[in-house]
Amino acid sequence: MESYIDKIKEISKRLLEEGKVDMVVGYRRGSVPTMHQPFFARSKAEVDELVWDSNCGLNLANYITDSQENIGILATGCNSRNIAVHIVEGKVKREQLHIIGIPCKGMIDRHKLSAMAPAPIASIEEDEEKGKVTISGEGFSDTLNKTEVMQENCTLCLHRNPVIYDELVAQEVAEQSKDEVDPHARVKEIEAMSPEDKWAHFDDLLSDCIRCYACRNACPLCYCPLCFVDESHPQWVGKSLDPTDVRTFHFLRAYHCAGRCTDCGACVRSCPVGINVRDFTKKLEKDCMELFGWEAGLTTEQRPPLDTYKPDDPEEFIK
Amino acid sequence: MRVIRIDKSDWDAGVEKLRDTYRLIGPVKEKFYHTFAALEAGQIPDMEYVNSRISPKYAIYPQSEIILSCSLNEDDEDYKIYHEPEDKNYEQKAVLGIRPCDADSFELVRVNFDTEEYKDPYWLRAYESTTFVGLACDSPCPTCFCTSAGSGPYSDKNLDIMLVDKQDHYLAEIITEKGEKLAKAAGWQTEAEEGATDAIDKSRADAESKIKSSVGTENLAKQSLLDLYEATVIWEKPAFACINCGTCTYACPTCWCFDIQDEVHGKESFRIRNWDSCMYPIFTTHASGHNPRGTKLDRVRQRFMHKLKYYVDKYENGIQCTGCGRCVSLCPVNIDIRGICNMMNSYDPESCTCEVTAS
Amino acid sequence: MENPYIPYPVRIDEIKTETEDKSLKTFKFVFLNPEDEEKFAYKAGQFAELSVPGLGEIPIGIASSPTEKGFVKFTIFKTGKVTSYMHSMKEGDIMGIRGPLGNWYPWETLEGKNVVIIGGGFAFTTLRSSIIYMLEPENRKKFKDINVIYGARSPGMLLYKDELEAWAQRDDLNMNITVDSCDDPDWPHHTGFVPTITEQEGPSGTDDTYAIVCGPPIMIKFTQPVLDKLGYTEDRIIMSLENRMKCGIGMCGRCNIGKELVCKDGPVFTLQQLNQTPKEY
Repeated sequence: MESYIDKIKEISKRLLEEGKVDMVVGYRRGSVPTMHQPFFARSKAEVDELVWDSNCGLNLANYITDSQENIGILATGCNSRNIAVHIVEGKVKREQLHIIGIPCKGMIDRHKLSAMAPAPIASIEEDEEKGKVTISGEGFSDTLNKTEVMQENCTLCLHRNPVIYDELVAQEVAEQSKDEVDPHARVKEIEAMSPEDKWAHFDDLLSDCIRCYACRNACPLCYCPLCFVDESHPQWVGKSLDPTDVRTFHFLRAYHCAGRCTDCGACVRSCPVGINVRDFTKKLEKDCMELFGWEAGLTTEQRPPLDTYKPDDPEEFIK
Repeated sequence: MRVIRIDKSDWDAGVEKLRDTYRLIGPVKEKFYHTFAALEAGQIPDMEYVNSRISPKYAIYPQSEIILSCSLNEDDEDYKIYHEPEDKNYEQKAVLGIRPCDADSFELVRVNFDTEEYKDPYWLRAYESTTFVGLACDSPCPTCFCTSAGSGPYSDKNLDIMLVDKQDHYLAEIITEKGEKLAKAAGWQTEAEEGATDAIDKSRADAESKIKSSVGTENLAKQSLLDLYEATVIWEKPAFACINCGTCTYACPTCWCFDIQDEVHGKESFRIRNWDSCMYPIFTTHASGHNPRGTKLDRVRQRFMHKLKYYVDKYENGIQCTGCGRCVSLCPVNIDIRGICNMMNSYDPESCTCEVTAS
Repeated sequence: MENPYIPYPVRIDEIKTETEDKSLKTFKFVFLNPEDEEKFAYKAGQFAELSVPGLGEIPIGIASSPTEKGFVKFTIFKTGKVTSYMHSMKEGDIMGIRGPLGNWYPWETLEGKNVVIIGGGFAFTTLRSSIIYMLEPENRKKFKDINVIYGARSPGMLLYKDELEAWAQRDDLNMNITVDSCDDPDWPHHTGFVPTITEQEGPSGTDDTYAIVCGPPIMIKFTQPVLDKLGYTEDRIIMSLENRMKCGIGMCGRCNIGKELVCKDGPVFTLQQLNQTPKEY
């Protein structure tokens, strides 16, 4: 995707020059491998700082919430779906945005990569044509297939191309179909577990949580002015590391995201201790698909299913 | 200070002996990264580790700690009267394999918990009952900048013993009385052969030369506090990127801020101290709703101003950072304290620009 | 090692509703252990952490004066979790007090000087403490003229009404009570905002005159230029801040303005000091 950058800069400069937007939201080069910094460019000089490659794995929709300005925003498939969710939920207006669509080839999993490397990674290089990623550091240099080190959500992605955009930076990429990948294979594995095993699984999953809230804060859906975990009057959740409180946070956050989550993976990417938060969100994604035939962020016309009532909503749970 | 030699073949047995006197804490690999954990019987610390993901500050200052408790049972004599919990354990403990930068952090934090007017009994008792057996750092990470942050890969100023890895053995500097006691308890008493000090010095120089990134701090004290505070050029871009999570503050060995919460379990009330973060809006929000640090920029600025200016001015003790690099490698949006420190250090209020903008 | 987190147990001796909207109540506490009262020796301007078991702690300015013995008083505005609960507590209930905390009004500097006290709304608590302290016969002679300007939204929202009236009768202090508005044609005091009354009634600033200002941000904002006009220099304007606090002993990190910790280096600062710090209050 590094080849996109010239086009990205060209479009961005044009938009700023024509006064169509006040800023372009993208990334600038990070100071450590696998990490770029979300960035806004208001001038041509700043546009020249923009980068795009497989290390742009956050969700830029998070940076336009409640903005009053006119914004050019770089958007991959999942980012564009979250922009759609934002539009539906009134967090930004379509006409404020010029969406620069990015056909996405998947992001690199920084956790997986650092776990695979024998020592801290000092540099990373990608050969897009060959689909290879080379990492190096003190005493090692390894070349890996990108598919091995891609974020799991990207390997399961069914919407790599933006679903809404004003212009694309390149030709659309081929989409994966459900015949090729099963986005819910892992959920099914967990569903098949015995209650004891499930308990043990989630217990272990959350055992490292330090309640830094990086997952929540990296998520474009979590825009509540005051999250329920932060409320003190009344106080719903304790603030220590009591496992009940930690679980309550993760379960409720996942439910708040049901039918809205696009599986962008920003939560997992942000987690400093590598918790696969998607074990929760994917289950709800699957339920929304099965119960309501719903995938989040594919339309700007309809509110998510848990936000609306229909007489024929499934109600098997009422016994 | 003297130097002893500990053959690695004697290491495990020595660690075992220590258990008679000390509760042991050391680096262990859980899942895919290292943490400092209580070493269970038979468990040996993984001394091949690079560093722990989250700093070992929690060995002294747990993320969540009951500081007081009281009965809510009306029949009890001390109904609603707070006291220290009875199960606090300040028997001797030893932290094995701590990196020098992390040991140095405790001294930076001490100024907060040990003041002329007030002593935090929990932090102080935990700190004073701990013996620190450090492991000098021969393979620093690309994100390390300890040498320019007042620490270093061989900084032994806050260790009781410093181990230097020499493949089949450690050379161990015995630095303090506490260190002597621990070495004795472990049965590590072989004097190192002549030239050991020179060998350590050479390794030190090698390790220091491997640290490639740095921060400039020489102008921080001279800079005007309000000029830096108002320097939009420093704060605007990181403030945009920041998502206001607590990762940097929780991973940091020198961040000390906390919250106090009451929790009721049955007929007992616990007053709990939890780590808190200046990144969170509710950290400073008044009950009225007014928030003196109401914007993301206010909060990002607070973190760096605290570490690199307020601390510098208030304690005249250098920066509140040891250069461990955790915040740099863990920040989900790549906010890099090295670049920000260099900007603050080189900020020119006349032109509102920074001469150095990266690490 | 003294544990600064352990509150002294106290019993609520008396609860008095202060204002017509019942949002403010004054609690009079008696220490369960008489020796704790000695340990709690305080000065006017300091605060304490009030501790309700099971709910938490809140920092509140001490409303009683060090010259009043046998009890301590706090006036509590019902706003958050702990204060709301306190409003439902009863006389005889047990709770805790931790302190005294923070610095105090600079009484040594103020000796031999004129003192102007300017207060608004429910921020009058430590000012009450100060007035009682200064009016104590032993202390009164240490100060020259004492002026008080105190305002609230309406007559029913004034704190310590009986005391205010008593002070208004005295000739050793000049009392100016004001309300924002009032329907009562017989209202004997001023009508108008505190900054306006300060401009009309406040003494001019001299080398010997100090102003202590406590009130809501809006009052402080508009009083500052008035004091400036009256000739008060920044080092003679004394203010007390109220940032969010938890520990009260300078350790938990949230109440700072720049390098100053409001709970320990403050809450009392001169305007001169505040002008050298970020305005994070």
